[in-house]
Amino acid sequence: MLTAPAHMPDLPMWAAIAVTALCIFGALLALVGSIGLKTLKTMYERLHAPTMASTLAMATIVAAMIIYFSFAEGRLTLKPLLIAIFLTVTTPVTMTLLARASIYRDRVEGREGVPKDDM
Amino acid sequence: MIARISQRVFQQILPHPILSVALFMVWMLMSSPAGTGHATIALIVALLVPQVMRALEPDRVRVRSPLAIIRLLWRLFLDVLASNWNTARIVLGYRKRTRKAGFVNIQLECSNRYALACLAIIVTSTPGTTWVQYDRYSRVLLLHVLDLRDEDDWKAILHDRYESLLMEIFP
Repeated sequence: MLTAPAHMPDLPMWAAIAVTALCIFGALLALVGSIGLKTLKTMYERLHAPTMASTLAMATIVAAMIIYFSFAEGRLTLKPLLIAIFLTVTTPVTMTLLARASIYRDRVEGREGVPKDDM
Repeated sequence: MIARISQRVFQQILPHPILSVALFMVWMLMSSPAGTGHATIALIVALLVPQVMRALEPDRVRVRSPLAIIRLLWRLFLDVLASNWNTARIVLGYRKRTRKAGFVNIQLECSNRYALACLAIIVTSTPGTTWVQYDRYSRVLLLHVLDLRDEDDWKAILHDRYESLLMEIFP
């Protein structure tokens, strides 16, 4: 028989199912993103994959956190929304920085398939 | 006359009203469950930090048309879902032979810094497109697209779906 540990809050069945489903979906999506990071061929292609973890996967896990902690604390808890806000606002900075650094290197080394800096 | 003076006083106390509101709400969220003490600190932060920002002299943010914001968020939500799905399929090996990735140059029309920042967030948070470079003099944006199809006109996609709404929000 599977019983919840003593420190776990009493979740209603629908909430437990929703939290589990959202967590697993988010984790799977992040896993696919990580696989993409490993398997895609060029640096620029690899940049796209982890964004899945920082957008939809992040959103579903944050939603799961909001449901879980709202029941655990007995009131609506929106604190996890801060994770979503800060992650969304800061990810473009690192992504653009990586892309810029990569294209700068490729241009200096004169690789093919990279547009010239003729702006 | 009185209206002008009170407007000046308002601008002295609240140079960046949106920033103040945002700071207050983030602080309250962070310290939830928040009591009166937290609310007081949040109020002090919301009043003081914009004064510091004044030294940096950023452009005033003017936001119009709340309806456009809602439409933009809804569109972004749908696009995030769709592009996550597409990217996941590509990563798992779908259309491995025919897919080609590449760069796209796009001539942007808006030059508002805040609109561009929002556009960068939108482009980055839809997997499959990455913001690579933007030149503020020629207003040309260099995008990298994971699944470059001939029939897609990226300038039209970006402009019609997002840029036009952003230009409505940030005039």
